[in-house]
Amino acid sequence: MQNGLNAWQLIATGDATLFAIVRLSLIVSLSAVAVAALVGLPLGAVLALTRFPGRGVAVVVLNAFMGLPPVVVGLAVYLLLSRSGPLGSFGILFTPQAMVIAQAILIVPIIAALSRQTIEDLWLEYRDELTAMDVGAAGRVATLLWDARLSLLTALLAGFGRAAAEVGAVMIVGGNIDGFTRTMTTTIALETSKGNLPLALGLGLVLIALVVMINAAAWSLRAWSERQAG
Amino acid sequence: MMRAPLADLPVVFDNVSLRAGGRPIVDRVSISIDPGAPTLVVGPNGAGKSTLLRLCMGLVAPSEGRVSWGGRSDVKPTRRAFVFQRPVMLRRTAAANLAYSLAQAGVAREQRPARVKKLLEQVGLSELADRPARRLSGGEQQRLALARALARDPDLLLLDEPTASLDPAATRSVEEIVRTAAQSGIKVVMASHDLGQVRRLAGNVIFLVRGALREHAAADVFLNSPSTPEAAAFVRGDLVV
Repeated sequence: MQNGLNAWQLIATGDATLFAIVRLSLIVSLSAVAVAALVGLPLGAVLALTRFPGRGVAVVVLNAFMGLPPVVVGLAVYLLLSRSGPLGSFGILFTPQAMVIAQAILIVPIIAALSRQTIEDLWLEYRDELTAMDVGAAGRVATLLWDARLSLLTALLAGFGRAAAEVGAVMIVGGNIDGFTRTMTTTIALETSKGNLPLALGLGLVLIALVVMINAAAWSLRAWSERQAG
Repeated sequence: MMRAPLADLPVVFDNVSLRAGGRPIVDRVSISIDPGAPTLVVGPNGAGKSTLLRLCMGLVAPSEGRVSWGGRSDVKPTRRAFVFQRPVMLRRTAAANLAYSLAQAGVAREQRPARVKKLLEQVGLSELADRPARRLSGGEQQRLALARALARDPDLLLLDEPTASLDPAATRSVEEIVRTAAQSGIKVVMASHDLGQVRRLAGNVIFLVRGALREHAAADVFLNSPSTPEAAAFVRGDLVV
């Protein structure tokens, strides 16, 4: 009970450290969603609309990768970005950029796999009409992405939820450096192990509240959009 | 309204067959579909009416034989439009569905709003312009599908049993739109299993049984003195299998 009160006090007084941690977490996870969407949505569309040898294997691998362990992704990105690694010359290990890369890799499969399913279902429905209207390949992709936008928003939210909640990848590639790469999840892990439960609990509540708020915003957008266009 | 010459006509089927899994869906059909009053494609269920229309549109290629439009067999379907039995509306407003079709037909962006307005008036959906298309009733969606097809300014309008699941009032308004389109010079080819509809709309009739062409005659000839026993049975209302 005492711990809960302290957590609320931290939030209510707008603690600067807390605010910086929340801000970094949001920036990293939202950037990761943006990057992963740029890769995942077209990848999903291509997989949905093309037929090639090995496509079945690609779909199965993609679906399986939805459950990639964050620590393994973190380790792989760590090896790539470490000074002796192939991308070591960029010198971005233990920076927010590295965290964005790791989270983006983690959620590309989620966004691509969910959008592949959505777009493939919609294509079955639209195929005859779009063919009769003589819509070209690029037009098909654009039409399907736009008309599936509400379902694709759900795919992006699933990706965001995964990115915001994971701790393993950002811990490894970010290093949990105070004031620089410390996110809500890494702080919660750290403060819990130190026994500073009020801050850990406060951050936990903030994290859950933020995820709920973002989902509520997306839900409202979806409801509004459905009224507009069905 | 004056129209350019109908470049995609006549549609000529030269010994056309389409097989699926060895079974002929359309079986050695040779026919010429010429400009003029609507052609109705009739026959029992499974006779190949839909497939004949899809071949007409170029949505499927024949297994054997050749389909040509205005003497050429490599014509893109820019001068043709298709209305499916259950049209699929895009997840957009009624007006946006028409604007999409106009865009695909190459109509310049600034001309689209006026054309959309006119098309909506033509099919009596002006009040529903901003409604989500998929929330419209079956009859309204079918009229919107007709407007979407007419947006392509087609020479040839193919309709696959567009009134099969509609009530009489909705059927009447769809038939009215089809009749007006035909009077403006568009060649209408429409599948139907409704003899009343044949009487109301047809200039001539293509009668199919099990994928084969049994009769191609003027509507009054087909209805009053059919030349094959199957057609006679069909016109009498007997079951044809």
